[in-house]
Amino acid sequence: MKYDLIVVGAGHAGCEAALASARMGKQTLLITININNIADMPCNPSIGGSAKGIVVREIDALGGEMGRNADKTLLQIKMLNRSKGPAVRSLRSQADKVTYKKEMLKTLEATSNLTIKEAIVADLLVENKKIVGITTEDNETIYCKACILTTGTYLKADILVGDKRTPEGPHGEKRANFLSDNLVKLGFKLLRLKTGTPPRIERSSIDFSKLSREDGDDEELTFSFDDIAYYDYKNQVPCYLTYTNEKTHKIIMDNLSKSAMYGGFYEKLGTGPRYCPSIEDKVVRFKDKERHQLFLEPESLYYDDIYLQGFSTSMPHEVQEKMVHSLKGLEHAKILRYAYAIEYDAIDPLQLKPSLETKVVENLFTAGQINGTSGYEEAAGQGIIAGINAVLKLNNKEPLILSRSDAYIGVLIDDLVTKGTIEPYRLLTSRAEFRLLLRSDNADLRLSQKAYEVGLLSEERHNELLEKIKEINELEEEIKNVTFPQYKCNLSEYLKRPEVKIIDYTDKFSKKYDKEVLEQVEINHKYEGYINKAKKEAEKMIKLGKKQIPENIDYEKVDNLATEARQKLEKIRPRTIDQATRISGVNPSDIAILMVYLKRYYNE
Amino acid sequence: MNDTIVAISTALGEGAISIIRVSGEDAISIVNNIFKGKDLSKVASHTINYGHIIYKDEIIDEVLVSVMKAPKTYTKEDIIEINTHGSIAVVNKIMEILLLKGCRLAEPGEFTKRAFLNGRIDLTEAEGVMDLINSETELTRKMAVNEISGKVSKLITDLRDNIVALISNIEVNIDYPEYEDIEVVTINKIKTEVKYMKEKLLEILKLSEDGKVLKDGIKTVILGKPNVGKSSLLNALLEEDKAIVTDVKGTTRDIVEGNIIVGGVKLNLIDTAGIRESNDVVEKIGIEKSLNLIDEAELVLLVLDGSEELTEEDKFLLDKTKDKKRIVIMNKDDLESNNTYNKDVIKISAKAGIGIEKIKERIKELFNVGAFLSKNLTFFTNVRQITLLKSAIESLEEVEKGINEQMEIDMIEIDLKLVWEKLGDIIGANYTEELIDNLFSRFCLGK
Repeated sequence: MKYDLIVVGAGHAGCEAALASARMGKQTLLITININNIADMPCNPSIGGSAKGIVVREIDALGGEMGRNADKTLLQIKMLNRSKGPAVRSLRSQADKVTYKKEMLKTLEATSNLTIKEAIVADLLVENKKIVGITTEDNETIYCKACILTTGTYLKADILVGDKRTPEGPHGEKRANFLSDNLVKLGFKLLRLKTGTPPRIERSSIDFSKLSREDGDDEELTFSFDDIAYYDYKNQVPCYLTYTNEKTHKIIMDNLSKSAMYGGFYEKLGTGPRYCPSIEDKVVRFKDKERHQLFLEPESLYYDDIYLQGFSTSMPHEVQEKMVHSLKGLEHAKILRYAYAIEYDAIDPLQLKPSLETKVVENLFTAGQINGTSGYEEAAGQGIIAGINAVLKLNNKEPLILSRSDAYIGVLIDDLVTKGTIEPYRLLTSRAEFRLLLRSDNADLRLSQKAYEVGLLSEERHNELLEKIKEINELEEEIKNVTFPQYKCNLSEYLKRPEVKIIDYTDKFSKKYDKEVLEQVEINHKYEGYINKAKKEAEKMIKLGKKQIPENIDYEKVDNLATEARQKLEKIRPRTIDQATRISGVNPSDIAILMVYLKRYYNE
Repeated sequence: MNDTIVAISTALGEGAISIIRVSGEDAISIVNNIFKGKDLSKVASHTINYGHIIYKDEIIDEVLVSVMKAPKTYTKEDIIEINTHGSIAVVNKIMEILLLKGCRLAEPGEFTKRAFLNGRIDLTEAEGVMDLINSETELTRKMAVNEISGKVSKLITDLRDNIVALISNIEVNIDYPEYEDIEVVTINKIKTEVKYMKEKLLEILKLSEDGKVLKDGIKTVILGKPNVGKSSLLNALLEEDKAIVTDVKGTTRDIVEGNIIVGGVKLNLIDTAGIRESNDVVEKIGIEKSLNLIDEAELVLLVLDGSEELTEEDKFLLDKTKDKKRIVIMNKDDLESNNTYNKDVIKISAKAGIGIEKIKERIKELFNVGAFLSKNLTFFTNVRQITLLKSAIESLEEVEKGINEQMEIDMIEIDLKLVWEKLGDIIGANYTEELIDNLFSRFCLGK
């Protein structure tokens, strides 16, 4: 059997990678340990969030599936940071875990060129440092021209609860026992990472009357630029809010030695994420804090589990019982699934090119948690890029590399391959220096043309994009002709005033413009000064990005580099001066020295 | 690897000793080759060794040779310093031999350039060293030492830390909008911080501008009607302080036209030629030019005649210079006093050399020299840094503008980030094109 491309793992990264590859015309095989767990959400029942919501929009703009699939399975959706500027607004939804999987499987099965297979991959077949196939734990060999590893948290996963360590994947799934050892044999350096998930509570055992209710936004919202609302915004499923209290904190402190993380049962533990600490971490680190916020989020309409966001822990079950019962509204709560921490192998992402192809094995790509990230959205964003670039590689085309001023996905991948990571990496708005350019509202304008050019975006979506651009240009002209003699200005200038909204002047236009078109034009004018500043800063970066570093550069020959800088440059081998400036340990003076060397190099 | 460079480190001239410095991979072997005494390749690092420089069996000089092995040296390379007797002929001969043996004559500032490129000093420090090398007075030397000590960097780093704290708080608000237990940054908080930072930066800018004037020399014009004694004043100032500025290379002691040092402060006299040749500035160059001179000047020495009443010309000059830093000098104090103008004047007799000291004191007062000499002030003295400082202040003003226009906090933050970056550029914390340009221009990098 031979495929163009094999995708190993069918989580959020794997689904996007396989869909991109198949849609771009490659015979694609998607291998999963359990077909019923495709596109599973093993942790929070939520898609989007600050920065992450924009990633979902970007995936959609690139022709990916996550946005559309989330739209089909919404329980609740809201726009975060509405009171702040347009740059930081981001969608967050509660998605139904059952229908999310079902809808994604439906899409995968309906996609031509795509085959799904249940198996556990044990090893990679590599000839001349190039991938040629895989073997499964059942000793089956399948050949391919390119391969994308999207194994999530399944590589040698261990579940940690109290002093118990169980070798299995999320909620008792089988783990991949051999693949990571074989990756080491091929020359990969591994990281051991850790993350955790909170307990799930039975809905009927919670006294919601004691809790405050959190609703979705009172208007129709969608992730996808298809703009189809599958839900009734007047009938969204609410979330609820509760808090830890003194009693909870006392239980935690009294039992700290029983926690997998604090008990000292293991000599060495994987590195956990700082931004998503366990509740014992929070209590220990912020001792003077009287309470911590906890959200109760519905997992699905088809079963009873309520996700207790903010309460992830690795305490033994009996302590978890006490902790949960100390919470207001949860005094009689029944825990359906206990919280746990999970440890897994990942590869050091510094071994990747910006295309997400590994530097170690040609035509082998990796995406998602195997690259040291956390989060469904981060995984899917890498998945679609790995899928696109694997196909482009097979077609002998240049890879699609999104810059930091193109997309959050560009920021994410650049951070991974340039800075590496020591903890599960989460995308934050603060990681993006040009976020005013990377807005939720303009993801299509930023990315859809690129996706069309590489052959992923549909003809229909491309036409819609062209139409939208045309309308924006028309409206830009029209607002110049709407004048306000009393202020001696036209609407394009008048819009700069904070209180002026374009929606109030639609009767002055020759036709009815789409609300997204109105929004674009309003933002362009209201924030013109800031947008120009951001563009100017981005141009500096783009200029340095054009200064290529030859692939075969010998850093030993660059005199005067500091030792640390030389080692880092040698390891990461940045493609451009711009990328080199972001490597920690490479100082401005090292860059200056490198520039001087390159000047001479290119002159000779 | 780098070639081995050599230069005379002490000012060329007849002194007790001169030091020749050699830096680079072959420094020790080259000098060892012409040195009779201990085997320099075997002596311990950071030792001084007695011996002779020998060339073609001839003793050139009796010398002390300091051996400093990499990396604990100024350039982080092997360094040899040869202490010779100060004769120009001897020094030149040794230089000649070293060049013949494979050293290359160092470019101006090249030792510092190597120290910078080898990562021993950062950009501000390197700039400080360049300033130190070029410093002509005790004052500018102190300023340069201030730069090298990193005090300037420290202050900027502190301000940047303030901004980062503010920015990261704003960022947390954005990334965790639903968490109520995180302090929300309010517009008022930003206002307070920005006000504080702007005050600080304006203070530094003010000092920096004064400092720059002092470093580059105060553009000074001596004004007065014909025969009032301008040239005698100039001569008296020169007579007082024989320190005459020499040019950069330190090889000649000719008077550099127009530069004099008065009380340790450098004055760049504008149109000295005018004073000397015609004795009659206003008449010779006309009103318009003299107005231009006043415009350009950072200090005006306006000379009046104590022996007679104010003329129309005097009144005109008094009026035109009233907003400038100026010293009104009543000359001819040795003659009978007939001038009733008495607003803040210094009475002198240029001819008799009376009252010159007072002028010097006043100059120091006007430019805050005492403070620069004694206090631990923090300021910048080079154009690159001052320009960035101004630009950072502009960005702070943009923040204020955003606040007034009720912009969202994350928009205002864009300008805050720019302030942070510009301050970073000052201390070389960011890599920028300007940095490279600066390096190329100051350190003659590349070809």
